[in-house]
Amino acid sequence: MIRKSSVLVLLIALAAGSGSLLAQSLNSGLRGPTPLNEEGPAPPMTPMRNTSEKEVRNYPEQPPVIPHSIEGYQIDINGNKCMSCHARARTGESQAPMVSITHFMDRDGQFLASVSPRRYFCTSCHVPQNVVKAPITNDFVDIDTLIGRTAPGGQR
Amino acid sequence: MSTADPASPRRSWLARLWNFIVELWDVLRRPSSVFGLGVLVFAGFVAGIIFWGGFNTALEITNTEKFCTGCHEMKDNVFAELKTTVHFSNPSGVRASCPDCHVPHNWTDKIARKMQASKEVWGHLFGTINTREKFQDHRLELALHEWARLKANDSLECRNCHSAESMDITKQSPRASVAHQRFLFTGEKTCIDCHKGIAHQLPDMKGVPGWQ
Repeated sequence: MIRKSSVLVLLIALAAGSGSLLAQSLNSGLRGPTPLNEEGPAPPMTPMRNTSEKEVRNYPEQPPVIPHSIEGYQIDINGNKCMSCHARARTGESQAPMVSITHFMDRDGQFLASVSPRRYFCTSCHVPQNVVKAPITNDFVDIDTLIGRTAPGGQR
Repeated sequence: MSTADPASPRRSWLARLWNFIVELWDVLRRPSSVFGLGVLVFAGFVAGIIFWGGFNTALEITNTEKFCTGCHEMKDNVFAELKTTVHFSNPSGVRASCPDCHVPHNWTDKIARKMQASKEVWGHLFGTINTREKFQDHRLELALHEWARLKANDSLECRNCHSAESMDITKQSPRASVAHQRFLFTGEKTCIDCHKGIAHQLPDMKGVPGWQ
């Protein structure tokens, strides 16, 4: 008798729990108010940032982001469109920044004559930026800001 | 019934054809004794419209995207690649189809290009690029032909739509604006010098000027 009633109580609790779960509308910044078992509308596509103005890196090791559109740029075994401007020999005409010298190094730190094969696919690390409003907030602060929070005249 | 009859139909077809040509020539070189001059002039006029119009209509049919992609070589390779580019679909809904870039719009040049294209018919019949692999093997050669053609005519087919005069550089990205002012407006370079591979995938670019 006791077992039967406890099972009943458990069932009621489960039903109530699942009911409240289903009724609850999840509101995540990325998903929006769409229920988990449904697919929400796709957000509109946004244009690529195309100002060509260098963006400040958030930390020294960050691969610089691409400040221009790279739509249709081919990077494959046949050719690398990025290198048409960013290769050492092309920078005079293009006035684009040269690929970093670190990209000429193989993995043993030996410098090669041209860009190392392991660095060939630019977009593995360097990405263009789209004009979007960030859907979630981010409280990242760079190291200079962090250090700058110390009192004036404090230790560097 | 007699085998010795000289007018028997045993004469070769070549001789009979020659006879026909001679008779036809005799008719053609004599003035007409049946039709009036006006009838002949009018008939000539109507026939001219039909033949000339028919010729140009046929020419126009060979100048459509549908005709170009009628061969699988075009449909599965270059046309498939075009579909991802801005010349196929874009915000304003204007499409540059095959002949807009690959056939001169000027009549004489168009006829010259159409005659060159007979080589492409040969290539189709003998399967020069009838697989993706064969096409890839020939891609550089084919691309070099088109680059040379556009370089020689100062990118005429590009300029049929894009002209330096109507280019609003203030609406362009800073990068494009600077490059066009430095190289296009001064005539130092022509469109194809920088804009290779905008409508189709590139071949092996090793050794191509401006590429690594």
